[in-house]
Amino acid sequence: MNVPDNLRYLDSHEWIATGDGPLSVGISDHAQEELTDIVYVELPEVGREIAKGEAIAVVESVKAASDIYSPVSGTVAEVNPELESEPALLNTDPYGKGWLFKLEGVDPAEIEAMLDADGYRKLIG
Amino acid sequence: MGRESRSVAEFPDKDLHRSPLHEAHLALGGRMVPFAGWEMPVQYEGERGGILREHRAVRESCGAFDISHMGQLWVRGPGAEAWLNQQLTNDLGMLGEGEGQYSFLLNEAGGVIDDLIVYRRGAEEFFLVVNASRRADDLAWLTGRLESEVELVDQSDDFAGLAIQGPNAPEVWERFVDGQQELPPRNGIAVVGEDGIVCRTGYTGEDGFEFFCPAAIAEEVFASFLEAGAAPCGLGCRDTLRLEVCYPLNGSDLGPDRTPLEAGLGFFVKLDKGPFTGSEVLRAQKDEGLPSRLAAIQIVGKAPPARPGYPVLHEGEEVSALTSGALSPSLGRGIGLAYLPPELAKVGTKLEIQIRTRNFPAEVVKKPFYKKESNS
Repeated sequence: MNVPDNLRYLDSHEWIATGDGPLSVGISDHAQEELTDIVYVELPEVGREIAKGEAIAVVESVKAASDIYSPVSGTVAEVNPELESEPALLNTDPYGKGWLFKLEGVDPAEIEAMLDADGYRKLIG
Repeated sequence: MGRESRSVAEFPDKDLHRSPLHEAHLALGGRMVPFAGWEMPVQYEGERGGILREHRAVRESCGAFDISHMGQLWVRGPGAEAWLNQQLTNDLGMLGEGEGQYSFLLNEAGGVIDDLIVYRRGAEEFFLVVNASRRADDLAWLTGRLESEVELVDQSDDFAGLAIQGPNAPEVWERFVDGQQELPPRNGIAVVGEDGIVCRTGYTGEDGFEFFCPAAIAEEVFASFLEAGAAPCGLGCRDTLRLEVCYPLNGSDLGPDRTPLEAGLGFFVKLDKGPFTGSEVLRAQKDEGLPSRLAAIQIVGKAPPARPGYPVLHEGEEVSALTSGALSPSLGRGIGLAYLPPELAKVGTKLEIQIRTRNFPAEVVKKPFYKKESNS
């Protein structure tokens, strides 16, 4: 299972990038595999302020709709425009072209408090 | 990430039955889920797996479904035909030996207990294939009405079942029997070897057949069909395939409170054959008009997948809820079924489907949603 070392994770299988600037958020390889064929993605509006843990997007497979929770508080800076026509990018490239949205104004301490790659690997065992 | 809804009928995880093909499913990477009291594959892993690919395999080539959860009943005896004809809506008198028909078992109110296929195996012998979720109810109902000179036998536990579906199903069959036996004609039934039964029917809108055999040889038979060119397919695509062609799912689109006439399946109800359970209610509905009609509803533009339970609105007012719904893999559009007041159940009626907080334009369309280009 692919779990990049440079990301932080939630136990509900979202990831967030680390570093400066707007930070990408997505779902893990494990999550996309569990969800299977993703056919629709509903993304938040740019500029929306969100609180940590808030349901902010919806990812839909053939069989189920799943809420995506924001791993941290912040403001939506950008959403992935490719996903409207190609939701399957979440399956094929969950850490790359399948990013969901980017957050700015994030408190680094909130990211520090998340699972690191080793912690997430243990979780999905 | 958290689950918000599911559309496969689910039962509690306890005491689930296992198919004779359970180990074979696991070996193929089958993702097992509870369905109608059984643990069945919803889809398979791997290059050819996943609901969308499995769906396409059935529309374009051939898929193999485990249907061992379905029930098999025999009705035999000198009184079998007359008695069964009083229990079911279709007319057994129209069936020659080796022929089958879709039919309904109704309650006294004309509501659907089960939808099934009944085959005539002889002058005094009938074979019924019933839904897994209704098998116990069917048996209790039929047993309670049994008459002398009629024998009812439940052979569900002895049989494994496979549905081989898709345009290439006849070729798969030919390889399976090594050219030794032809498939029966549409809706026909035939014995294969010592204890196999083949029925030319299905639940996908494609050509194909269902094959029943003793559970002991199920794995071997399944492997032979795969080797003959069928791709393993799970219940996930079985649901999208059947919905595209508007085949009803009992428990979702059919139930004890709706008659087959309301479901738009009056073709399988023969009111002129003589009385049967529920026939008076159906006759009255026909005379007085139907209280509702099951309509095929298609979302007009791009929208999230339609799912069972989503509200259906007309001019801003909630008028129903989807009994089935999906993003059609063949059409790329949201599709669903819902019982509507008859005046709204007309092709072209503008509706809206409420998905979470938003309403998406939809309209009533002609059934089925999907028709093969070659025969449209």
